[in-house]
Amino acid sequence: MTNAPAHTSKGKKFSLVRALRENRVAQGLFLIFPANFYLFLLIVLPLLLVTGLSFLSRGEYGQILFKFNLANYARLFNALYGKIMLFSLAVGIGTTVLCLLIGYPMAYYLAHASERTRSLLLFLILLPFWTNFIIRIYAWMMILRSGGFLDSILLWAHLTKASLNLLYSSTAVMIGMVYEFLPFTVLPLYTSLEKIDNSLLEAAADLGAPPWKAFLRITLPLSFPGMIAGTILTFIPAMGMFVVSDLLGGAKTILIGNVIRNQFLTARDWPFGAAASMILMLLTMIFTLYYTRKAGFGEELLV
Amino acid sequence: MSEKKTALWLRIYTFLAYLFIYIPILVLIIFSFNTQKLNIRWEGFTLSWYNVLFHDQQILLATRNTLMIAFVSTLVATVIGTMAALAMQRYHFPLYSTSETLMYIPIVIPEVVMGISLLVFFVLIKFTLGLVTITLSHIAFNIPFVALVVRARLHGYDNAIDEAAMDLGANELTTFWRVTLPTIMPGVLSGAMLALTLSLDDYIITYFTAGPGSTTLPLRVYSMVRFVVTPEINALSTLWVLLVFVILALGQIAQSRRA
Repeated sequence: MTNAPAHTSKGKKFSLVRALRENRVAQGLFLIFPANFYLFLLIVLPLLLVTGLSFLSRGEYGQILFKFNLANYARLFNALYGKIMLFSLAVGIGTTVLCLLIGYPMAYYLAHASERTRSLLLFLILLPFWTNFIIRIYAWMMILRSGGFLDSILLWAHLTKASLNLLYSSTAVMIGMVYEFLPFTVLPLYTSLEKIDNSLLEAAADLGAPPWKAFLRITLPLSFPGMIAGTILTFIPAMGMFVVSDLLGGAKTILIGNVIRNQFLTARDWPFGAAASMILMLLTMIFTLYYTRKAGFGEELLV
Repeated sequence: MSEKKTALWLRIYTFLAYLFIYIPILVLIIFSFNTQKLNIRWEGFTLSWYNVLFHDQQILLATRNTLMIAFVSTLVATVIGTMAALAMQRYHFPLYSTSETLMYIPIVIPEVVMGISLLVFFVLIKFTLGLVTITLSHIAFNIPFVALVVRARLHGYDNAIDEAAMDLGANELTTFWRVTLPTIMPGVLSGAMLALTLSLDDYIITYFTAGPGSTTLPLRVYSMVRFVVTPEINALSTLWVLLVFVILALGQIAQSRRA
């Protein structure tokens, strides 16, 4: 990593102090060093270890055998795991699309609301999501389980005759995922939409463009950066999710995240779990790279 | 389509979306006062679940662990993250873009992958899993988020005020403590706030880096909801929501006062 001069000249204290006082490069390196060092040690190095691990194999008792092979990857490309990966991809894309469909109008409304309502509405979006992740999923368990809140309401309104049995189904998983990731879509979208200069739309109207046309030709393209940031922020965690599928999907819905978790904590086949992690990273990385190429990424992450 | 019509459907749509966000929270709160232990149907009002909660030793211990991890990891991540933000926004140094990429890695890799890689790392270096490993891991995922928020604040920073301070005879360090830091403080605080909530909320990375005796609140709640559903969890959730609401509301008030 970056080896700051500050750390190579331990012996000459005087020059170190002087370098920090006068040299801008030394100052910059001094400031960035802790973050770089920390992230290298706890993020990059562990990821490299997992990469290496994915090419090893598991011994009879769950220990790791140092024998280079591609068997873990070969195992992943069979019908069972192929199905799981496709299903994870479908859930990830489905979650992202649904979040966009629900979130775009919300973000649009927020961006056009008055200053006061806007800050209140933003606060109201954030509030539930500053409570605990597990607690939010638990709330959906209470609503969706048979005889639960939703069933009671529907029965009371005579809309259904029997329980919908929604808990432990892929529908429940999708509801939980959308609920979990909606703010990640709404907030970057809102940031983008809010930046759009209203005079552009006024100009379009003056020139005779109907509102829908102004929306399609001005608002929508200008909101692409937010859309892309929101999509990435939703898709990546959705792809790796295993808690929502665990609690709301039961044993019926297994995502690639569940496979990885199980290999590390119950099956104790770390090399195979590592290979599955590599594939998951590859999938999300291809997606992210493709998207970041299309537009700058970073600023829209900020709220 | 007239403008008014658009506004109406948009208003209804947004209202429904907010309903979707708030119904689970309301159900959670209402059912914390339910007398029925299975908590499926409403039977009657009681406060006894709050009493049960306050006598649950495991919950109290998990709360203490959670707060300790959140506090320490926020503090460390805020210092390191702020330093990194200053470096990236105001300095040029070798391997600048590598440092920037490094900052994005924890944001763009799936949490489960980060969790298992930390587990592998700690096991390989024979570091006993527990509160320390959880805290170290939380610092790792919090640094980039703090840096991101502080950088945004530094974006519009006017370097002229620093130069003015130095023209008046302050050295670099004095300028930093007396001029730069107070100016970017709101950014540093919102970075810290983000780090705090990310840490309090985290389940996935904590799950992989926890050891025996280091149960946090999210881990405890998870194991509770997997096996038995009692209104005690609702009571806990209600208190949690209330606490977050109070903290956020105070933050909002403080911010509007300052502005």
